[in-house]
Amino acid sequence: MKIKADESVCIGAGMCALTVPQVFDQSEDEGTVVLLQDVPAQELEDAVRRAVTLCPSGAISVE
Amino acid sequence: MSELTLPTARQRPLDPPDEVTRLRQQAAIHRMTYADGHQGWLVTGYAAARAILAHPHFSNLAENMHPPIAARMELRKEPEFRSPPGFFLRMDAPEHTRFRKLLTGQFTVRRMKMLEPRIEEITNACLDAMAAEGGPVDLVEAFALPIPSLVICELLGVPYEEREQFQKDSKILVNLETKSADAVAAMRRIWAYLHGLIERKRKDPADDLLSGLIEGGELTDEELTGVGVLLLIAGHETTANMLGLGTYALLTNPAQLAALREDPSLIDNAVEELLRYLTIIHLGPIRTALEDVEIEGTTIKAGESVTIHLPVANRDPARFADGEDLDVTRPAGGHLTFGHGIHQCLGQQLARAEMRIAYPALLRRLPGLRLAVTPEEVPMRSEMSIYGVHRLPVTW
Repeated sequence: MKIKADESVCIGAGMCALTVPQVFDQSEDEGTVVLLQDVPAQELEDAVRRAVTLCPSGAISVE
Repeated sequence: MSELTLPTARQRPLDPPDEVTRLRQQAAIHRMTYADGHQGWLVTGYAAARAILAHPHFSNLAENMHPPIAARMELRKEPEFRSPPGFFLRMDAPEHTRFRKLLTGQFTVRRMKMLEPRIEEITNACLDAMAAEGGPVDLVEAFALPIPSLVICELLGVPYEEREQFQKDSKILVNLETKSADAVAAMRRIWAYLHGLIERKRKDPADDLLSGLIEGGELTDEELTGVGVLLLIAGHETTANMLGLGTYALLTNPAQLAALREDPSLIDNAVEELLRYLTIIHLGPIRTALEDVEIEGTTIKAGESVTIHLPVANRDPARFADGEDLDVTRPAGGHLTFGHGIHQCLGQQLARAEMRIAYPALLRRLPGLRLAVTPEEVPMRSEMSIYGVHRLPVTW
């Protein structure tokens, strides 16, 4: 699994950082998504998919 | 012309109006006549609600919007209410984006984590005062309102001791039965208060959100005032009602209360479930199509308004099995209580932090907590745009 994050559409709701803090963080100034790793450990894949569903702005995706 | 107008009367205090639930069982989207005669739509299905809230062709501008109920129709003509500067909740992109980007950094998961010790301190102080006074007390006044009020005041940099008038004005403004003249007066008062506070902070800045925005230099004083008014009202009328109504829901659902007491690790999930089950945003959100959009086979034409019934959408069995039941053990994430799309609640992580701390602390400290009146005697906020309890007499 590879994660993609698009800061330009991110609204900083923080759902990704809340759901998988090991993978997602938020920038200090704008609160937008920061990818800590783009290839998550296998045991985190389900949680990452959940974060993708929860994201209100469609800023994160997986392939 | 559609015979359907928006039903607002509840048959039971914790359930949305039965007529709207029945509509959801028939279809996700319904033709509805608005208070001004406009032929718009009512959305009752979860998937359709989510699709509309995230769709870029739906506008949130007040001037595009038709009113689903007669309340506040006159108010829409008042310039103070149509689109006050800084009210980014009522803006579309890219104007909305400019404000949102300035604020999101202040409400990140990490920032809210840093606030937790202070939220705990405030919560414990409220509980100490309650324990010292002894029951019965009104939980809204002693606990549900002061916790989020103090937290948002400290975060924004609004002196808590000056709360009397702006708390009153905030309540007047979310009351759907408020007469236009009274609402305009309340808006002018709270606007003048925040405007004065911005001027004070410009001279004498402190380590708080409003001072930070002033220092950033990107917003005019009018815009800063609007942002301040919006965040102050939002910070007062939301978590306070979740704490009050959530406690009522737990006390009147003893099996759920027992499950949470037995396994405190359920709290994060219980908070999501209470948010879903109670959905205190019980009127709207309302959006208006800027272009023709097809949602689940229905074409919503440009100019048509859509009222999304969140309490009913959040119980859609297609998304939440047995959605009519309160079940603190279900995975309740994905509810639409904070909205969805670019306007999803800016303060949601603050609200979560407050609830995750306050509910367990209350249950721990007062193990014998119970209603001091019958459930039927608790006055519900049916006439307010944010649902909840007006008062919650409890003892222990």
